[in-house]
Amino acid sequence: MSGSEAVIQANGLVKRYGQLEAVRGIDLEVQHGEIFGFLGPNGAGKSTTISILCTLLTPTAGTARVAGIDVVRDPARVRQRIGLVFQDPSLDDVLTGRENLEFHAFIYSVPAAERAKRIDEMLALLQLSDRAGSQVRTYSGGMKRRLEIARGMLHQPQILFLDEPTLGLDPQTRQSIWTHLNELRDKKGITIFMTTHYMDEAEYCDRIAIIDRGQIVALGTPDELKAMVGGDVVTITSSTPDEAAKEIEGMLGVTPVRDDGSLRMEVPDGKVFVPRLVRELTAPVDTVTLRRPSLDDVFLKLTGHAIRDEEAGTKDQMRAIASRFMGRRR
Amino acid sequence: MSLTAASSGAAAASSAAERADTRMASLRAIYIIWYRDILRYWRDRWRLVASLAQPLLFLVVFGSGLSSALGGGTLFGASRGFTYIQFMYPGIIGMAILFTAIFGAMSIVWDREFGFLKEVLVAPIDRSAVAIGKALGGTTQAMIQGLILLVLAPFVGVKISALTVIELIPLAAVLAFGLSSFGVALASSMKSLQGFQVVMNFLMMPMFFLSGALFPLRNLPGWMTWLTRLDPASYGIDPLRRVVLSDSGRSAGQIEQFALTIGGHVLPIMLEAGIMLAFGAVMLGIAVFMFQRRD
Repeated sequence: MSGSEAVIQANGLVKRYGQLEAVRGIDLEVQHGEIFGFLGPNGAGKSTTISILCTLLTPTAGTARVAGIDVVRDPARVRQRIGLVFQDPSLDDVLTGRENLEFHAFIYSVPAAERAKRIDEMLALLQLSDRAGSQVRTYSGGMKRRLEIARGMLHQPQILFLDEPTLGLDPQTRQSIWTHLNELRDKKGITIFMTTHYMDEAEYCDRIAIIDRGQIVALGTPDELKAMVGGDVVTITSSTPDEAAKEIEGMLGVTPVRDDGSLRMEVPDGKVFVPRLVRELTAPVDTVTLRRPSLDDVFLKLTGHAIRDEEAGTKDQMRAIASRFMGRRR
Repeated sequence: MSLTAASSGAAAASSAAERADTRMASLRAIYIIWYRDILRYWRDRWRLVASLAQPLLFLVVFGSGLSSALGGGTLFGASRGFTYIQFMYPGIIGMAILFTAIFGAMSIVWDREFGFLKEVLVAPIDRSAVAIGKALGGTTQAMIQGLILLVLAPFVGVKISALTVIELIPLAAVLAFGLSSFGVALASSMKSLQGFQVVMNFLMMPMFFLSGALFPLRNLPGWMTWLTRLDPASYGIDPLRRVVLSDSGRSAGQIEQFALTIGGHVLPIMLEAGIMLAFGAVMLGIAVFMFQRRD
């Protein structure tokens, strides 16, 4: 990129669990001050990679340096220099927001003289000051997330790692989390590394790595990635999609991609293509949409399948079962 | 050559400083982990109330019922100097300490389940701080829980002086420490809440029944004598009883008639406390070891 120093550097990361290869050779570099997104469906290896970078897992092969320090050789020093926001909640909800931050300040050795000042600053920055004295159990999902971000920033890390920070939040709250993350980057000069499976969120990142089945399939700015699709995306729905697909391929020289009942195609100039399509197609067409390419399209093009919540399931389901089980117990 | 020597000298100096820093960091971590447990304990007032209800139930219902059944027989009553409820009272204090200590320490399993443990385990601190902080947190809660029951002394007809209270504090602390460390050691290898029920049924209840809280550990069948002497709680509850009953104006013989014996000899209180302390230290060592293994 701009030739500045890399704060995260991974070379050939591999993580194997018995037969299963969760991460299959990941190389990446993240520059200081970037917001770097790791995008992919559930089970693609995002969480495993971020866990290796955060020293929570040791790689089977490969090396990684975070803030200039080897994650395998010196995990404690890496942890002092990074902030973590986990995918699952990790707050004590009996304590107040401020108490959660105080706890963190103690275990991360924030100097006593600075504790209160930094806690106040982070609470203000994430707009939690007025609720700092309330127990966390009274917080909304978005407030809890903000508190976790404030906590992750408290020991002034160089890099903030967030694993699916907006999972389970409503769109408005997700938006506000992003506003806060941008503000942190601008005010604190921090590097942000995050994973997400929401395509629309990846657009906020400076650069994105798209990961599928344990490998990076594309890496670049959102615009660079979208340029890979080329032109516009036309989607039609038809009651006879197979016929329509055959026709389009034969007459218009475009190969549509089947996605459930709809057909997606990339064309250089949508404005010209759509009237032609409608005029020449004999198969019934129910709807036609024309739009600029999104990261969804990039993903579909690169991997041949859509990011969707098909796989979403396992972990979320497990959590649902766990909470039901616990609910009965308590 | 000289360059390497100089730099290794500097490295040695900085590593000494780093070790001192690490020690301070561990102490701070132990303190805040302990403090969090105490905060949670005070905030959970219902638990405080509920935890008083159980000992009361034991004393009033179980104690009265059994007293009547024993009907001033040869074991308790006027002839021996103590009623059954008076005998049982220190045992119930011990029970409160036993349950609170183990439950308090096992809150680690809850922390794991609800995610908070992760926040602690990823921090750049020595993990021994987690085990020690939790053990001390459980110890403090159990001590408070046990000593609160001293307010019931007048109701069961036991006289307690200020001096006795001062003697009881370290004894309660030692019992609480031993059992809390035991709880932390158990919890350190427990990944889910399911193990909890097992501990409850197969460890805590037998420990309680065999501890001498409810009946004297004398003239028991041989197998049971063995088990009671293997129960660490026995060595913590016996001193409590001997000290609680010491202000009752009875003779030393009357007080020691129930005391724990090994091979027919009454154990000195200091030895019992020492055994309990050693048990706690060993358990804490196991807990530290378990936490330091990386998972």
